[in-house]
Amino acid sequence: MSLSEQAPEQAPPAPAAPERVPGLTGGDPSERAGWHEHPPRMGFFTDTSVCIGCKACEVACKEWNAVPEDGLNLTGMSFDNTIGLSASTWRHVAFIEQEAPEGGPGQAAGGPSDTAGGPGQGGAMRWLMSSDVCKHCTEAGCLDVCPTGALMRTEFGTVVVQDDVCNGCGYCVPACPFGVIGRREDDGGAHKCTLCYDRLGVGMEPACAKACPTDSIQFGPLDELRERAQARVAGLRESGRPDARLYLEGDDNGVGGAAAFFLLLDEPEVYGLPPDPVVPTRSLPRMWKHAGLAAAGVGAMVLAAFAGVGAGARSGGIGVGRRG
Amino acid sequence: MSAVPGSGRHARPSGRGGRDPSGRGGRGRDGERLMVPRAEFRSYYGRPVIKEPVWKEPDVPGYLFFGGLAGASSALAAGAQLTGRPALARAAKLAALGGISLSTVALINDLGRPARFHHMLRVFKVSSPMSVGSWLLSLYGPAAGAAAMSDLTGILPPVGAAATAGAALLGPAVTTYTAVLLCDTAVPAWHEGHREMPYVFAGSAASAAGGFGLLTAPAREAAPARRLAVIGAAVELTAKRLLERRLGDQAEPYHNGRSGALLRAGEVLTAGGLAGAALSRRSRLLAAASGTALLAASALTRFGIFEAGRASARDPIYTVVPQRERRNAAADGQGSGSPPLRV
Repeated sequence: MSLSEQAPEQAPPAPAAPERVPGLTGGDPSERAGWHEHPPRMGFFTDTSVCIGCKACEVACKEWNAVPEDGLNLTGMSFDNTIGLSASTWRHVAFIEQEAPEGGPGQAAGGPSDTAGGPGQGGAMRWLMSSDVCKHCTEAGCLDVCPTGALMRTEFGTVVVQDDVCNGCGYCVPACPFGVIGRREDDGGAHKCTLCYDRLGVGMEPACAKACPTDSIQFGPLDELRERAQARVAGLRESGRPDARLYLEGDDNGVGGAAAFFLLLDEPEVYGLPPDPVVPTRSLPRMWKHAGLAAAGVGAMVLAAFAGVGAGARSGGIGVGRRG
Repeated sequence: MSAVPGSGRHARPSGRGGRDPSGRGGRGRDGERLMVPRAEFRSYYGRPVIKEPVWKEPDVPGYLFFGGLAGASSALAAGAQLTGRPALARAAKLAALGGISLSTVALINDLGRPARFHHMLRVFKVSSPMSVGSWLLSLYGPAAGAAAMSDLTGILPPVGAAATAGAALLGPAVTTYTAVLLCDTAVPAWHEGHREMPYVFAGSAASAAGGFGLLTAPAREAAPARRLAVIGAAVELTAKRLLERRLGDQAEPYHNGRSGALLRAGEVLTAGGLAGAALSRRSRLLAAASGTALLAASALTRFGIFEAGRASARDPIYTVVPQRERRNAAADGQGSGSPPLRV
């Protein structure tokens, strides 16, 4: 039976990510969603190398979108008090305090030496700051699994929740490989970044990008942003920042590309981002196949249960053919 | 992978003990010794990468269990009816109606906005297992209801027969689509088991339906229920073993903590119920006890799998380590020295 397909000897150390499903995924997301005449795909390029951690983006987002307060707590995690993206935090600024890479020039702050006693080094310390946001994936897990059609693809290629349709089933929440979307306790609905759909509609840039004082958050047509990002990362590397890298730039990742992508100075997981995210839907055809086989298996188990035990009190056939 | 602490040095699972603050080391949560040391990995202060499902207990695991009981019972009912076992057929039809009713109520109760449950039928999306499942339930539920009501009241036997057949055809799908529903998420303990999970659910459903038949049907009609219980329990145990083998180190949540305890209890009851059912030909009491054990086992398995998924979502190690290994393997393939330009 298919249970034994690719029988694992041990735990396979690093299985390859599933391929894109032709037809179901990939390509121009707006076109795929039925927008035949549409503006270019818009997005964010978040260049974390110039983020100063001011949180203006968080505040501007809350103000413009009337996102409710979600806890004014001190987390003890550096200067982070929103912890992560959620139903009521659509921009999240991460603060990472770490030892600067050995010999690495250009520590963001040229900070004091680490007296806390790291593993015997006492090297310079640096801060990484990064404003996280919904990625508006080309292959969006949240949108794929939404059973009501509340999550939709806009003409700008972004992914938006229609609050008047959402019934709060919560399926989008674990379907997102980035942990972006959440469900609010009070109104029971799912919420996330809209890339300021209302502002885009009248030719304005999203509130967070507008408020960002260092242009760490750049908004524009995705094609332009990608070109700009390539130039920026090349420039940074030339000027002695070999750890600069682009995250989710390009279409050859597990979500088929993202409208929001990042320039990072360390591995994605250090920022709370998944190192190799894959939209769960890529495996869905195989899941349905196994579910179908297993359902047939239930039919077979029932047939086997009746085979050979003969008829009951009243005689009758075994009854092949009536059961799935 | 760098052991030099980045933010990982500061990683502290908030409020949960048992792990050393670096997010590394050889102990699992709850202080259990692990057979393998935890892989080194980095994270943002030990915070989860993905969101833990907001689905509640007992609603969602209950929905899985009752749906499974219902679907497999409908198939059993049709077989019993065709082979002249009216008491078993009636019991199974009632199990199907009761099961699917409770399952649907649990699902609606879990919604953030229950009054909008009918929005589930606004669209049909193959990409959403919950959409497919809602449509399936909207067909299966009435069929299971008509089959049971016609049997009880004796009204419209032809409609009852057609409904019995329809429910028997749709029932098996009801038992397995819920596995896809769980696995089509980024939750590591569910998603990585997507090849085996439908068979676990199929076996669990069959053993529950068989168990219910053993518990309720008179001895002279109980033989098929007994066999279904035994086969289902064996399939469940086997498929679960294969699932855990597939997950390897990632199967930790299936062994440790509350989820591990639930699943162990489920396994013991499944094995005991299987043995009891197999030997229960002459003992009504043993048959009833075995049936009860298998029902409880099926429920425990669903609660355990549900909780294992939640545990795997809470701890970033299950999200980061496999992805990092995949990433590194891809980078090794390209033979690049310095960090890649694009990650």
